[in-house]
Amino acid sequence: MRRGPLDLVRARPETPFEFSFDGEPVTALPGQTVAAALWQAGHLAWRRTRLGDRPRGAFCGMGACYDCLVELDGTPNVRACLAPVRPGALVRTQRGDGHGELR
Amino acid sequence: MVVIGAGMIGAACADALARRGMRVAVLDRGPVVGGTTGAGEGNLLVSDKGPGPELELAVESLRLWRELAEDLGPRALEYEPKGGLVVARDRQAFTELQASARLQCLSGVTTVEVPADALGELEPHLAPGLAGGVHYPQDAQVQPALAAAALLRRARDTGRVHLLAATTVTGLSEGRVETDAHGTLLCASVVNAAGTWSGEIAALAGATLPVLPRRGFVLVTEPLPPLVRHKVYAADYVADVASGSADLQSSAVVEGTAAGPVLIGASRERVGFDRGLSVPVLARLAAQAAELFPALREVRVLRAYRGFRPYLPDHLPAIGPDPERPWLFQACGHEGAGIGLAPATARLVAQLLDGEQPFMDPAPFGPGRFGKEQA
Amino acid sequence: MANSADAVDGHDLGDRHERYDLAVVGAGPAGLAAAAAAAEHGVRVALLDSAPWPGGQFYRQPAAELRASRPQALHHHWPAFQRLLARLDVARERVTLLADHHVWSVTGGSGAFAVRALTGPDQRQARQLTARQVLFATGAHERQLPFPGWTLPGVVGAGGAQAMLKAGLVLPGRHVVVAGSGPLLLAVASCLVTAGATVPLVAEAADYLGYARGARVLAANPGKLVEGAQHGATLLRHGVRLRPRTAVVAAHGTDRVEAVTLGRLDAAWRPVPGSEWRVPCDAVAVGHGLVPQLELPLELGCRTRRLPDGSAALVVDAAQRTSVPGVWAAGESTGVGGVQLAVTEGELAGLAVAGQTAAPRELLRRRARQRAFAELMAARHAPGGGWTQWLDDATEVCRCEEVTARQVRDAVSELGAPDQRTVKLLTRAGMGWCQARMCGPAVARLCGAHDDGAPTRPLSTPVPLGLLAECDTPAPPSEGAPDDHP
Repeated sequence: MRRGPLDLVRARPETPFEFSFDGEPVTALPGQTVAAALWQAGHLAWRRTRLGDRPRGAFCGMGACYDCLVELDGTPNVRACLAPVRPGALVRTQRGDGHGELR
Repeated sequence: MVVIGAGMIGAACADALARRGMRVAVLDRGPVVGGTTGAGEGNLLVSDKGPGPELELAVESLRLWRELAEDLGPRALEYEPKGGLVVARDRQAFTELQASARLQCLSGVTTVEVPADALGELEPHLAPGLAGGVHYPQDAQVQPALAAAALLRRARDTGRVHLLAATTVTGLSEGRVETDAHGTLLCASVVNAAGTWSGEIAALAGATLPVLPRRGFVLVTEPLPPLVRHKVYAADYVADVASGSADLQSSAVVEGTAAGPVLIGASRERVGFDRGLSVPVLARLAAQAAELFPALREVRVLRAYRGFRPYLPDHLPAIGPDPERPWLFQACGHEGAGIGLAPATARLVAQLLDGEQPFMDPAPFGPGRFGKEQA
Repeated sequence: MANSADAVDGHDLGDRHERYDLAVVGAGPAGLAAAAAAAEHGVRVALLDSAPWPGGQFYRQPAAELRASRPQALHHHWPAFQRLLARLDVARERVTLLADHHVWSVTGGSGAFAVRALTGPDQRQARQLTARQVLFATGAHERQLPFPGWTLPGVVGAGGAQAMLKAGLVLPGRHVVVAGSGPLLLAVASCLVTAGATVPLVAEAADYLGYARGARVLAANPGKLVEGAQHGATLLRHGVRLRPRTAVVAAHGTDRVEAVTLGRLDAAWRPVPGSEWRVPCDAVAVGHGLVPQLELPLELGCRTRRLPDGSAALVVDAAQRTSVPGVWAAGESTGVGGVQLAVTEGELAGLAVAGQTAAPRELLRRRARQRAFAELMAARHAPGGGWTQWLDDATEVCRCEEVTARQVRDAVSELGAPDQRTVKLLTRAGMGWCQARMCGPAVARLCGAHDDGAPTRPLSTPVPLGLLAECDTPAPPSEGAPDDHP
């Protein structure tokens, strides 16, 4: 197995857990943000844009660009690069403004 | 002709004059739409005006806006004839609102009383418990920066209008406009459409025009689905416009936009040109919006923009020639209503310039109504 | 002169909010150094940062639960960070660290500043405190210049890739093209390869040879040479090619990036026709230097200056004082200059706030030397005007509002918009969630400017309307500038 970031910093993470991304189980490490856990699972996109319905995910990685907005446990417009992921979290691709409940 | 100011009023004047065959230079010390035009919501309102000359001007202006939207296409202006809904929080306010609406009716305003139990049909997300409201179908909306730019472009397309941005007027006398960037411009007449700075422009010609700035903030939320369908505000806004008080009296006008965000505006504060942020003012706007539309409470405010509304002591604009300088036409001091009043203001200016019979009596807007002692 | 608590007459602010002598906004290298230096001399400090841990972007660390025993493997200057934390720990009686605090507004004047922040999950709780003085160590974010395909998933900020790696121990892909301009690119590429990614190449739009012209300044900053050499050695070891005068001129893919087109640039960053070639990859890390985050000090009226790369930075005096009384700044907010300069400035600012007027001469010398180096770097990596030629009409310039290059250009040429603000009013570019942080520099430059502009943002982060509604509290006495109209 090739060397990865965890080996590099000699990480011994606490027990991994699962959360749901668009209904599929995804494994995360404790302490990771939603965006980091999704990247680790190979997902780069978790939002569709308002006008062009195009896929987006993390871009600036530090909370400045708001491209990584996602629906987390029913709340839209959560910055995935800042929000920690929790066991059993329900993460869903955000579509458009994310406010289907107000329609 | 020289028009000073490339905001909404200047754009409308340039367009009106060019369409009458005049050659026009439009000057602005900054970019196009850089002043109040770029910092407002784009209210085209009759609902907030009591009977009188301003309402008469507004009724004509909203008619002209409908024509413009047909002519330029509603998309070019983001014109939305969405109508206004003024609500009353209690019985007494509703009674006053109904009385005021009946008077407005006599001036050509269409009003529809809305009992409390019918408010939800017009605005499903409106807070429960309101006493009733009045629907004003004529109220409408444009995106002010787009609208001014579209009018300027139409004016320039005549081939008779030149735009000179980043050009400051340094001197003003009959037939001559001195500028920093383009030397001296020779002209027959000058239209002063410089908004909050029009007092200074008038002073360059030796004229007195006591234009003062009022600070206004607008809150902009995150993009939302159509949540607010009309321009919705509480009845105390009407009293606020006529208020001469220096104390803050804000009441939120809440409205959705085609682009998604909800705009919350209409704070009015007389603070000179201080651009500083006033958190308590923003807080009051937010509180009033949340009171009208509780669903907004969880929504995030992305930004706040501020602008200065130019106003004159009697809260009427100055439109027409300076009494001692018949070559200097004032078109300024519209306070928060300049976008709505722009086309009719321009029409009045053009008619007076051409020596035509104006569509209404311009005397209440006469720039000579302020004695020198008020300066 | 005694410490600042005695130096400034306090106003009676009531007991509704926490009160401090100094609020330091930003707990990166500059903020940590400033807080430590001030607290060591008796100043009561509130140190606020949006991240869950101190360190800022530079010293971003893995979450504790990831239990990394060698976090320094992803960092330079780690011992310096440990020393700063140790100093804060010694002075902990006087330093209140408010992590996970997103400051959205600072208002008021000298002697009474109101600092308003959001905290808690999804930033939905309010916290307000009052401070006699305020110090901005707000850091920087990346300057982005768009190119066709840059909105594809897998195209990420270079700093973003590094941040996600440092904090989450993840990579955006296996084969990561690193592109853009500025010294950060080498650090990012070096991080990525060390962590197991392959980097097919680093494309630097500027010309590395340019450094030679500033050899004297480089030689005076041996630390920088060593750092650069270390990155260079790492990249050499991993066989990473460095290509100066090269840019990603397009990214390709449907739902994620699959390849990029690279092109040679001339000195003005114009793509050389016929020089393009394609490189497959599954991620791109891109950035064109850093832009100071100034919205909070700009709202207070602090004056700015232009750096050679076109970024706006706060004007500060020898003691790191801004043009507004009671407001100080250190680190990237005074001009992007890297971690060592940030620490030096923070140290000087902290001492000055504490009334230690005689700053150690060595610190002053170090700042002058590091500042000279920073300005040299800024000049070498200033975006050339030719980059706009790699945009096509459909390239989205504003990622939030999906405004294309064509729309921006039409606003400029058809509607007469001369600047970023006017383009925003006419196209919505910059009106979205990020408030022009991503598109502002590009739009300003598409309007013909050679700088990034400096858009104001009265709210520096989105605020839940319900929380804003509850801010209707009496302002500190000096809040709101006086009426300046006669």
